[in-house]
Amino acid sequence: MVAADSERPNASGVSELLESRLSSAFRAPGIDRLSPRMFRRERSIPLRGSAAALCNNLSVLQLPARNLTHFGVVHGPSAQLLSAAPEGVPLAQRQLHAKEGAGVSPPLITQIHWCVLPFRVLLVLTSHRGIQMYESDGSVMVYWHALDAGDASLVQAAFARGIAASGHYVCVGTWSGQVLVFDIPTKGPNIVLSEELARHQTPISDIATEPAQGQDCVADTVTADDSGLLCVWRSGPKFKLLTQIPGFGVPCSSVQLWQGTIAAGYGNGQVRLYEASTGTVHVQIDAHARAICALDLAPEVGKLLSAAEDTFVHIWKLSRSPEDGYIEVEHCHGECVPDTQLCGARFCDPSGSSFAVTGYDVAEILRFSSI
Amino acid sequence: MSMRTLPLLFLNLGGEMLYILDQRLRAQNIPGDKARKVMNDIISTMFNQKFMDELFKPQELYSKKALRTVYDRLAHASIMRLNQASMDKLYDLMTMAFKYQVLLCPRPKDVLLVTLNHLDAIKGLIQDSPTILHQVDKTFRQLTDIYGGLSAGEFQLIRQTLLIFFQDLHIRVSIFLKDKVQNSSGRFVLPVSGPVPWGTEVPGLIRTFNNKGKEVKRTEFKHGGSYVAAPKEGSLELYGDRVLKLGTNMYSVNRPVETHMSAASKNLASQTQESIVPNPLAKEELNLLARLIGGMEIQKPSGPEPGFRLNLFTTDEEEEQAALTRPEELSYKVINIQATQDQQTNQELVRIMGEFEITDQSRQSSSKGDDWLAMMDEL
Repeated sequence: MVAADSERPNASGVSELLESRLSSAFRAPGIDRLSPRMFRRERSIPLRGSAAALCNNLSVLQLPARNLTHFGVVHGPSAQLLSAAPEGVPLAQRQLHAKEGAGVSPPLITQIHWCVLPFRVLLVLTSHRGIQMYESDGSVMVYWHALDAGDASLVQAAFARGIAASGHYVCVGTWSGQVLVFDIPTKGPNIVLSEELARHQTPISDIATEPAQGQDCVADTVTADDSGLLCVWRSGPKFKLLTQIPGFGVPCSSVQLWQGTIAAGYGNGQVRLYEASTGTVHVQIDAHARAICALDLAPEVGKLLSAAEDTFVHIWKLSRSPEDGYIEVEHCHGECVPDTQLCGARFCDPSGSSFAVTGYDVAEILRFSSI
Repeated sequence: MSMRTLPLLFLNLGGEMLYILDQRLRAQNIPGDKARKVMNDIISTMFNQKFMDELFKPQELYSKKALRTVYDRLAHASIMRLNQASMDKLYDLMTMAFKYQVLLCPRPKDVLLVTLNHLDAIKGLIQDSPTILHQVDKTFRQLTDIYGGLSAGEFQLIRQTLLIFFQDLHIRVSIFLKDKVQNSSGRFVLPVSGPVPWGTEVPGLIRTFNNKGKEVKRTEFKHGGSYVAAPKEGSLELYGDRVLKLGTNMYSVNRPVETHMSAASKNLASQTQESIVPNPLAKEELNLLARLIGGMEIQKPSGPEPGFRLNLFTTDEEEEQAALTRPEELSYKVINIQATQDQQTNQELVRIMGEFEITDQSRQSSSKGDDWLAMMDEL
């Protein structure tokens, strides 16, 4: 519910329309970056429940063939899935719940994320009870993994968090710092826990992957934790640890991997870019005034999206220096979402020309697309 | 989420409760000795060692409704009585104030400084009782011992747990509306200026390093906010400078306690969810609650001290009107236990209820109105 915010598009609708006409009339190649507003607020998608204050609390699955986009947002004890047409009209909705268990209150969901595997798409939901894997539309639960909290649960809450797919594996992080690797069959529910990676000492916060280019020993998976430590892996029947990037006492809330570059967003508002193969830091951006809640990458163009609790979204262009091959970055766009403590942000297309954000306590998905 | 959230939630909400009661006792011209007794009684109950030990054990958070019963009991730990409408309003004010403080906390860890601000101010509300001051100092040490050593990650989890607890609560509070920190829809205004959190740089700089880690380039970008550097880190010492102002007493004679009961929260689907679905876990929660409240030692009234009723509204008529017009979705009447029928299901709670009744009898002569048994049925 954002009564105050929802008035804004109506009030400024005319000027936005004018702005878009003007810009399209005068548009010329290369001018986009110079225009003061590269993105325009589109119609919001209403949610049944507001978004919970969790990092990476928005998952987007693009289905260009059907001209549809799936969105997933965690409300608290439930999560909402919906698919929307390009105009933002919600077409189908579904509510998912964490499996019940012992405890005072219904278990809270920590994250939902679509895992795009080479041959199938799974929707993975993590909670304080365990890991639930569904067919991509959330209709059928194909796998359930209960967390074994043991004695630790008396002093520490057990949960799973951090979800990513690498090859035919789905990696899920846990509160203890372990990363569970599941081997996913081409079809059916015969999912097997194939490996447990134990290199982190604090809760896993996020996991990033990118399709390997076929070479051996190329980093394709990065795991991040609450102390800021990053572990860089090569996936396979046995995951190989390539390098570790030490933290500095600040949680790394979100991580992305693109063409050998790791982008990590931290609780102190910084974004750091590392060389995945060596772990060397190449760029340090004082990007936000509050904790970063989400990063996303548009793989076709190397654009990085960062969103934070300071109500700002920034878009960055990553590249390699033609002279020495070092990672470089350029600021492309900044957008304030007034009075919204952002908690999720995703690009909605591979070229980075549209993105969506969610905010704590806000019962809608806010969408932006380039003019 | 975090199992370490309840003490912070309880102490901060309790602090807000004491600020409001202190202001209302003055506004209603309650004689000094009575007001002093009420504040001292409530503070000593709140910081009772047995209760604190129970509170600091790692545990899950209670539901909003269950927690509300803890404050009902606390507010009635002395000779003062509040009726349903005033108690509702008191709880609304407390929760919105702490929600604001958690939301605006610069770093998740600063929720600890907010708590210390509350404890500092509570010590100022204690009159002529070194024993109670000592109780609060003891809690202070318990708090800094446990929380002083937690990592930034653990505080992030605590803050997320608190925010989820306060999610979908959009009651408009006049003091916030006047200060323009809350807008008419009940949402808080998030500033994009002022000091950045301790440990965060003012945004706007990109630094590039070569393979050897040497800085080779600096470029600036326009962030969009206008921030300044953090002055210094707040102190966790007993008499330290907290730097942060969130959590200090915002009420004064010139800034009275008022609420607008908001009908602004139109998105009821999510809010009512909790109350429509019968909670199978309610009973287990009550067991835990009984253990917690059981640690709260309510002082038996000594002698025929006359009680009085405190009104959170300006007039009795306003109070009655508020009781009638309170929106259904804001009702706390959810966990429904028949105190008289269900005695065997929870003997501990019944024992506690028994204590309530003793208190009740003692004030029958002095006060009209509110019915304790009815209130207990709403537990």
